[in-house]
Amino acid sequence: MTEREKILGRIREALQVEAPRPGQHQSHGSLRPAAGAPAAQARAWLPPVGESAADQLAAFRINAMNLKAAVHEAANLDALAGLLRSLAAEEGWKKIATHQGCLTGDACGALGLPVLQTDGGYDVHSMEQCDAAITECDALVAQTGSVLVTNRSAGGRALSVLPPHHVVLARREQVLRDLPAAFQLLRQKYGANYPSMISFITGPSRTGDIERILVLGAHGPKKLTICLV
Amino acid sequence: MSSAVDQFKEQAEILTHDLRHRAIIQTALGKYEVVRDKSRGAFLDYAAARQAAAETKWEAVNHLDTHLEELVSKLEARGTKVHWAGTGEQARGIISGILRDKKARSIIKSKAMTSEEIHLNHALEQEGYEVVESDLGEYIVQLKHEPPYHIVFPAMHLTRGDIRDLFNRELSINSSDSPEELTMVARRVMRQKYLSADVGFTGGNFAVAETGMISITENEGNARLTAALPKTMVTLLGIEKVLPRLDDLALFLPMLATSGTGQALTCYNTMYGGPRQPGESDGPEEWHVILLDNRRTELLADPEQRDSLHCIRCGACLNVCPIFRNVGGHTYGTTYSGPVGAVITPHLRGLQEWKHLSNASSLCGACTETCPVKIDLAHHLLQNRRNSVRQKASTPWKLGFRAMNFVFNRPSLYALIPKFGRLGQMLHPLVKGTRLDPAYAWTKTRETPQIAPQTFKEWWKERG
Repeated sequence: MTEREKILGRIREALQVEAPRPGQHQSHGSLRPAAGAPAAQARAWLPPVGESAADQLAAFRINAMNLKAAVHEAANLDALAGLLRSLAAEEGWKKIATHQGCLTGDACGALGLPVLQTDGGYDVHSMEQCDAAITECDALVAQTGSVLVTNRSAGGRALSVLPPHHVVLARREQVLRDLPAAFQLLRQKYGANYPSMISFITGPSRTGDIERILVLGAHGPKKLTICLV
Repeated sequence: MSSAVDQFKEQAEILTHDLRHRAIIQTALGKYEVVRDKSRGAFLDYAAARQAAAETKWEAVNHLDTHLEELVSKLEARGTKVHWAGTGEQARGIISGILRDKKARSIIKSKAMTSEEIHLNHALEQEGYEVVESDLGEYIVQLKHEPPYHIVFPAMHLTRGDIRDLFNRELSINSSDSPEELTMVARRVMRQKYLSADVGFTGGNFAVAETGMISITENEGNARLTAALPKTMVTLLGIEKVLPRLDDLALFLPMLATSGTGQALTCYNTMYGGPRQPGESDGPEEWHVILLDNRRTELLADPEQRDSLHCIRCGACLNVCPIFRNVGGHTYGTTYSGPVGAVITPHLRGLQEWKHLSNASSLCGACTETCPVKIDLAHHLLQNRRNSVRQKASTPWKLGFRAMNFVFNRPSLYALIPKFGRLGQMLHPLVKGTRLDPAYAWTKTRETPQIAPQTFKEWWKERG
């Protein structure tokens, strides 16, 4: 008998006896939660977010800024390129890392800096020397101020965590109401063919392991900037 | 050799009198309480969210076999290698096998309580591998050669000064005690390790059966890097971590953050669905997922306490426990401390040796009340006490109850108790608080309550 069969056998034997359902001491017959997943109704319990796009954008800005992320808005692609140029000048970027995308392509090209492209593989050591990573994303979540990325939408697994400054380029329409909406988007967008990494990034990397004092940039980026077009 | 119970008593005695320790813990947990309450308050209906989380976990754990099979088939369909480990020893063997196979030298780890449970670091170091903990708190306790103090805040018991001294000594540097500077020291050390490690090792917070994904919750980005850069990735998680659906995470990610650290959501919540897939630009070539039983099925076989497998290891019950806050995390001598550790350790490591943990409780019920998945911890502690006596009652225990039974059934004998008691109390000051005192365990730190000068019955009779 394999270990898998042994463990599954022990589980099946253990489950012969019913356990009481949550909040009760005695068993009350078999419980199947009400039709569908309880968590599918999560919107009714989670922190509320307004229904209009303007409310959601405002909520995203507030939540992201409370997390010490910076949020900028640009009227069009030209303004976006201008925004990046001023960031580059301000921080003295010498080299950046990015990936192919509708927003990243032009904006990074306009910087006139050496660019590391992650598509199709790259050298990790040279990415480590980049001053900033410029990526796109799948969505922005108003409820939590999070950026939803996958390794397909944001240039792989390492790009959004290795360089010290992560700059996200997104369109205003990408702001979603809440976490249930984000999971719905993943389902619709990818079907059964999910990327091998999906990540909710909620503010720049942080730690409180020393006396519960917040320090940014524990292992990931010290700065997270979100530029909305 | 000192037993687990002696070790507990000795440590507890020291730490309950250690005012510095108490101040550190109270400060840290005071900060936690403020943000936890704020995050819970932001929910539209936290009580309903908690009930839903409990029901979802109930469903997952009570249909564990089908969910696990679905999880495994979905993981394997995308090229992940799944291993099953009945015991910690088997899990260590599987991991050693992978390392040998990959000719690995160095391993970078992100935080995983399962690896503490199977004492992985020690085993791998014995075999000559370089093992580095990348989570800042874990790195600190690793340098200190200590187990984590708390399942979420491993270095909660240390001040910045302690950590400065540790870093300066162990890393031969000269850092100040600024948390910022100390964090950057660890960041620089770790950067090199990520780039050079052969294997990245992680735990997992949730396993989604429906889509075959492992979800990892963290704040620092160390798990993200661990799962991105090394060529081989190994993930060890308990079989109870499974959730039925991807959408369940919309509830569980905020619940874990709220109870664990008081955040609305932690910084990185990442779902891994396989090794590097065709067309992807990076990620490990191989991903091994090890499903660990290690006597979890024994807990499963106890329907009364099966809900303790709902635990999402948020640490909320530790944080509110008056015992934990006074005796500290190391006193327990277990991987999982606090109320949940006191409940599950007797099942995972033997009831008779660990039954004393169930007495390390004030029965205040704060743990049951705070648990985000409604585990009835306070009652489980009582059940463990009952089970331990049922299984093996000590002779003094048996004699005591027999004597009580004898006296309580005889009113004339019973009436003598207050009479003798009052006499005894008059003589008590002669020995009170000294080793000769039969009530020394109580009187060394407390006053004894006085027996009333008259019982109710005596008063009633006198009144005519």
